[in-house]
Amino acid sequence: MKYIISTLLTLALAVGIASPVQAKRGSDGQLNLLYWQAPSTMNPNLSGGTKELEASSVVLEPLGRYDENGNLLPWLAVEIPTVENGGVAKDLTSITWKIKKGIKWSDGSALTADDAVFTYEYCTNPDTGCTATNYYKDIQSVKALDSNTVKITFTVAKPFPYATFVGYNSPILQKAQFDGCQGAKAQECNEQNFYPIGTGPFKVVDFKPNDVIVFEANPNYRDASKPAFGKLVFKGGGDATSAARAVLETGEMDYAWNLQVEPEILSKMAQAGKGTVVSAFGTAVERLMVNFTNPDPALGEIRSEYIGGSNNRNAHPFLAEYNVRRALSLAIDRQILVDAGYGQAGKISCNVLPAPAIYASSANDECKTQNVAEANNLLDAAGWKRGSDGIREKDGIRLSILYQTSTNSVRQATQAFIKEMWKQIGVETELRNISASVFFGGDVGSPDTYQKFFADIEMYTNTFSGTDPETYMSNWTCKEMAQKRNKWGGNNMPRWCNPAYDALSAKMAKTAALKDRISLAKEMNDMLMQDYAMIPLIHRGGVSAHSNTISGVRMNEWDSELWNIADWTRK
Amino acid sequence: MIHYIFRRTLIAVPTLLVISFIIFAILDLAPNDPTGNLPMTVPPEVRAKIRSSLGLDEPMHIRFGLWLVQFFINEPLNLMHEGFGISIGDAENRTRVISWATRSPVVDLIIQRTPQTLWVVGLSYLFGILIAIPIGIVSAYRQYSWFDQVGTFVSMVGFSVPTFFTGIVAIIIFSVQLRWFPMIYDTTLVVDSWQNFVSQVKQMIMPVSVLSLYNASQLSRFMRASILDNLNLDYVRTARAKGRSERVVLLIHVLRNSLIPVVTLIALGIPTIFSGAIITEQIFRVNGLGQLLIIAIEGADIPLVQTLTFIFAVLIVFFNLIADVVYGILDPRIRYD
Repeated sequence: MKYIISTLLTLALAVGIASPVQAKRGSDGQLNLLYWQAPSTMNPNLSGGTKELEASSVVLEPLGRYDENGNLLPWLAVEIPTVENGGVAKDLTSITWKIKKGIKWSDGSALTADDAVFTYEYCTNPDTGCTATNYYKDIQSVKALDSNTVKITFTVAKPFPYATFVGYNSPILQKAQFDGCQGAKAQECNEQNFYPIGTGPFKVVDFKPNDVIVFEANPNYRDASKPAFGKLVFKGGGDATSAARAVLETGEMDYAWNLQVEPEILSKMAQAGKGTVVSAFGTAVERLMVNFTNPDPALGEIRSEYIGGSNNRNAHPFLAEYNVRRALSLAIDRQILVDAGYGQAGKISCNVLPAPAIYASSANDECKTQNVAEANNLLDAAGWKRGSDGIREKDGIRLSILYQTSTNSVRQATQAFIKEMWKQIGVETELRNISASVFFGGDVGSPDTYQKFFADIEMYTNTFSGTDPETYMSNWTCKEMAQKRNKWGGNNMPRWCNPAYDALSAKMAKTAALKDRISLAKEMNDMLMQDYAMIPLIHRGGVSAHSNTISGVRMNEWDSELWNIADWTRK
Repeated sequence: MIHYIFRRTLIAVPTLLVISFIIFAILDLAPNDPTGNLPMTVPPEVRAKIRSSLGLDEPMHIRFGLWLVQFFINEPLNLMHEGFGISIGDAENRTRVISWATRSPVVDLIIQRTPQTLWVVGLSYLFGILIAIPIGIVSAYRQYSWFDQVGTFVSMVGFSVPTFFTGIVAIIIFSVQLRWFPMIYDTTLVVDSWQNFVSQVKQMIMPVSVLSLYNASQLSRFMRASILDNLNLDYVRTARAKGRSERVVLLIHVLRNSLIPVVTLIALGIPTIFSGAIITEQIFRVNGLGQLLIIAIEGADIPLVQTLTFIFAVLIVFFNLIADVVYGILDPRIRYD
């Protein structure tokens, strides 16, 4: 009898475990996230920093967003509008989004098209100081056709109309909450900026600026069984190494973001077996910018200015020479840079546009292998002779490079490696690093910004949001050159100007078919790479770590890393 | 004495005004940009708009004047309004000092963070004093004994090894290896039960002891030196000649006299409690004032940096005055009037 009972009990237990358990909202308790940079606000429109965008993405949602492979998914919308399904006008001047019915804000009220229209008005009000205005560019009007339909009309034909209301940069705000916060008032709306009402899986319960955010599951979330976590703690501050330690070694935290830690240290920590390091690649490329203009301080006003005329009258004394630029690129062993500084977070890149995969060109693979002999041949052929100290000279000009970047231990290590590599081809390098808030800051009075580029070579990472490279590739057209007259506001740092490139860029703005856009983007990339306007080094990815007790993490570089947090569960 | 305090307070006003101007000018001249940390995808024209929405377009003297009005008139009025319900003027539309990064009033941020700093850094200062004084006394009285040698060694280590090193060593030993204490300070913890009290104590142990070691090593050296100075003086010999016990000689006569410079030193060190232990707070993720300052500096949040540094300046001036007054009270030989 005893035997039978125990068998029955075991059976019952087994059945209980085996039968598909309907996950319940909040059944997995608390989830702890650790971001070593602490968010200072929950309103992504007033910050634009990645940490704020990530934090707000669990509350505020867009109409469409990107999955981990860069595919557009309808999020609050029923489907992604295209020309085929009639959502995008044939002449590409408007897009119509249909919002899913029955979606509620966390306060219980219904999401309507008016909220989207309001979000557009809020951000485009010049006094708001909105950081996301470039997601609302070239828009003539945003109108609510009915309570679930938004129509965006553009001032120009937009082959890629998916910037507005897509991705974590451009989520929908609740009109009822932010109505009094437009324009100059936006700065004073503390309560709204810290506790925005959203449609996402969580709602803010406690916000301590620059420190910690506590969330609870949104009771009105559209999927009744999600999120699996009832409470979410978003802790900020500290440094990347100890953040990695808290997930990988002590297991105090479940997820740590952006672990820019020496690959050796990270893999050692991962051996503790408590967590997993995950990485994903977007479009970020660490590259060397080559200055085509003369940065000589003696030039005063026209230092690093493009004057134009035949042969670029203010040309750089030696970087304007093709052979020199090519030799500099050939002399670099990119694999060493990846292994020493990036590990899982980096891959060799010979393109400035390495992703999405459909846009990646294979025409520039020469750079994948270091070729010092060839680089030396090129310089010899161009008449650069080694002097007594081994540094090459021609007509009294020495191949001596001032190479600047922002202060960051990985960047300084990269600089040191490259300096050694260039020494092998008779190029002398002076290294310089500048605090990031100065280097990337736009202070017109400072000579040390990356825009002014008072150096021969500078290094940083650039990227673009979304998956369409049109705007990004237009960065290197002539009119984008950073100059005194545009207060160094352009994006073309090399001051590289080629009318043929400008023509391709203009053509791309009018081309709609994906196939043609791909070939145009590749052609532009190849043009830049083969003229060595920039020397790409590393395709950089994001690295995060999650606890082994968490499942469902799908690391994403195209959107928020927390884009699918509603699906995360504890094992 | 009252006259002296009054005079000193009056002198403090122009001093502080000059300090506030110098801080403002330095911050203004520094090549720093609040939009510098934004992702590269934010275009330059958007950055320009953000800067102008923060009021950076105005000339420097206007911005300084605005800050003075906001800090010296609007903020105190606002405190009165919120704290005691007394409103003077238009309380709703008063502009306060707003942080650029959080877009919230700077003073609210400071009020939110002060308790953690006072608890962690204040306790470590208190423990530092409690440890340092007895160690200093014994080390001096038994000079060159093994206790003195060990004390000297430990305080040299504590003084010369920076807290960012001892902090990380403590984390690796006690959090990673032994798992006794958490390495991340849970700032959302509310002490409302015994269990939470225990967790609060556990998470405070590491930051407090790292800082206590540092504070104690400094003070114990001073205490030792001060006692050594006094031990050879005539009044000590007199006391012994009178037949007083060694205990009385040391703890009543010598200690009282030796404490005079040490007490002044302790008073002068109090402002550093408020400025927080920047590095230690950062390592243990304690959301105190030091961490607030470092984040503000990194993010070029000028109003926050300006206000915090100015408050520290006020505290330093104030505790200098206190130290002078205490000195006068403790040492009858010193009279200010």
